[in-house]
Amino acid sequence: MKNLLSEKIKQAKRQKRKLFCVFLTLGYPSIAATERLILSSAAAGVDILELGFPFSDPLADGPTIQFSSQQALKKNVSIKDAFDVVTRLRKKGCKLPIVFFGYINPVFSYGTKAFARDARSAGLDGLIIPDLPPEEETEFQSECRKQKLHFVQLVAPTTADPRAKMLVGKSQGFVYYVSLRGVTGTRKALPADLKAHLLKLKRMTTKPVLAGFGISTPEQARDISRMADGVIVGSAVIEHLKRGVSAAERFIQKMSQAVHGV
Amino acid sequence: MSQLPDVKGHFGPYGGRYVPETLVKACEELTAAYRKIKRDKKFHEELRYYLESYAGRPTALYEAKNLSAKFGRGRIFLKREDLLHTGAHKINSTLAQGLLAKRLGKTRLVAETGAGQHGVATATAACVFGLKCVVYMGAVDIERQALNVYKMKLLGAEVRPVHSGSKTLKDATNEAIRDWVTNVEDTHYLLGSVVGPHPYPEMVREFQSVIGKETRRQIVKQAGRLPNYLIACVGGGSNSMGFFHPFLKDRSVRIVGIEAAGEGVSTPHHAASITKGRPGILHGMKSYLLQDKNGQVLLAHSISAGLDYPSVGPEHAYLKDSGRVSYYAVTDGDALKGFEVLTKLEGIMPALEPSHALGYLPKLMPKTKKNDIVIVCISGRGDKDIHTVQQYL
Repeated sequence: MKNLLSEKIKQAKRQKRKLFCVFLTLGYPSIAATERLILSSAAAGVDILELGFPFSDPLADGPTIQFSSQQALKKNVSIKDAFDVVTRLRKKGCKLPIVFFGYINPVFSYGTKAFARDARSAGLDGLIIPDLPPEEETEFQSECRKQKLHFVQLVAPTTADPRAKMLVGKSQGFVYYVSLRGVTGTRKALPADLKAHLLKLKRMTTKPVLAGFGISTPEQARDISRMADGVIVGSAVIEHLKRGVSAAERFIQKMSQAVHGV
Repeated sequence: MSQLPDVKGHFGPYGGRYVPETLVKACEELTAAYRKIKRDKKFHEELRYYLESYAGRPTALYEAKNLSAKFGRGRIFLKREDLLHTGAHKINSTLAQGLLAKRLGKTRLVAETGAGQHGVATATAACVFGLKCVVYMGAVDIERQALNVYKMKLLGAEVRPVHSGSKTLKDATNEAIRDWVTNVEDTHYLLGSVVGPHPYPEMVREFQSVIGKETRRQIVKQAGRLPNYLIACVGGGSNSMGFFHPFLKDRSVRIVGIEAAGEGVSTPHHAASITKGRPGILHGMKSYLLQDKNGQVLLAHSISAGLDYPSVGPEHAYLKDSGRVSYYAVTDGDALKGFEVLTKLEGIMPALEPSHALGYLPKLMPKTKKNDIVIVCISGRGDKDIHTVQQYL
């Protein structure tokens, strides 16, 4: 099975296309809505989808994703549901690269080896585990490599240079730059040191560097796309989703235009 | 055994550092600073000064003869951490971490608190060392520990109520970590227990091991030998870890940790993470965790806010697996009986947390022999719980 994320990145490089990555919480407001939103995201020109798996204690997340996670958990969403959604989408011919985003405990509880195998056979292309640095669960990380499930590493504003080099070296697919000190959630302004950090990271690697955390308006998305290889938008999508699926779809479309208009 | 954890903070399969990347640097800096002060005589002199002249160490080791007589078997001693300034063992670690935060150049402390004891002890350390202080506390706990909330405010700390999840210690910890992620450059996260990412489980254990070291000297002086049993309550596990650790190599000493069984371990309302949990990852560490089949963290329940936590320090998980320490769970009701008995027989009102350790005595004492020595760690005093006790007794 081809890794759609690798394909997408190669293609974006050739076309000098910026990457727009959308985060959704699986099961918020319902599993059916998540499925519909993934399909409409693909149609809106979204390049990568982060399928957020709800966790009871999302300590890297702000109030918005805490809320969507709690709502989704009321429906007892399981890892198997995540795999089933992706399997169905792939059967429908959805070619959007999908990256699993979730905290380590539900993955650990599922069994890390089984997770890597089942995620890949469902058609997931990568994963992001915000509370799993490369020093922990190393067997799981090498199992993911074996299964060609791309393990995306995060780099933060507080990451020292030697460690940043190590992380971009290990990261597969793209590098996730955490654009601010803090949790996920919309912000009026992004930190002043963002540009300097992005430039520094881009000098370290040829892998695309995507910025996420805090990006909530088309203006911000456009500005950051000038400095980074793409942007990741999560909480702002969920905020629109609170008003309904179509509101979120319109927002995703607007953001996609902002990113790709660059 | 004292070589644990390894350099990466692992106690066998447990512990470690499962944190968002933003916090890695802070954890590394803290580890480096902690390694440095570990060998720094001046730091330890300064800390000793505060522990002795300010907090009131050493605490007494008291032979509870009336309580012993009730069972008519072994001799029961109490390690009186309840006599410390602010009323619990928490001050041992907050003074040490406060000093350490100053060395790191941090100007602000954040802490989580369940019963409020750690919050009060942190606010107190912030006062002494001239640091700003924000304490996160679950909305449910704020209600049941109103006195401590008011104390923290008087001490100049800001108490921020946490309304997410179960609104107790677990959620207060999430919120404290979120604050730390946001303000990591000027803020020290003053974790209250032997939980969290490396180096906290090791560091807090070391700062609390003054309890066990003193106990060892005192019992040898008073009874001429080591004890047969040590008993302490285990929530996150800081008083017990500090109490147990200096005795781990003494194979003749049987060590017992008591978890909160809440309404009973066969009900969903308990906080017995070792007895009923399975390995999982929360708050930066791998340890026993109360979780559902999907790996979602379950709500803990205990009459005592300080034990109301769904996981436990990773070293406890290791000691459970290795068999060195035995863990049992005591219900709310038996803890209340423990409270009542100690109050009536010895004139000591323990906090509801160590009341759980006392609640285990009716099971343990009949098995002891006349000359056996049992030491119970009274980790804190009961003032904060009088209101709760009043509703039940």
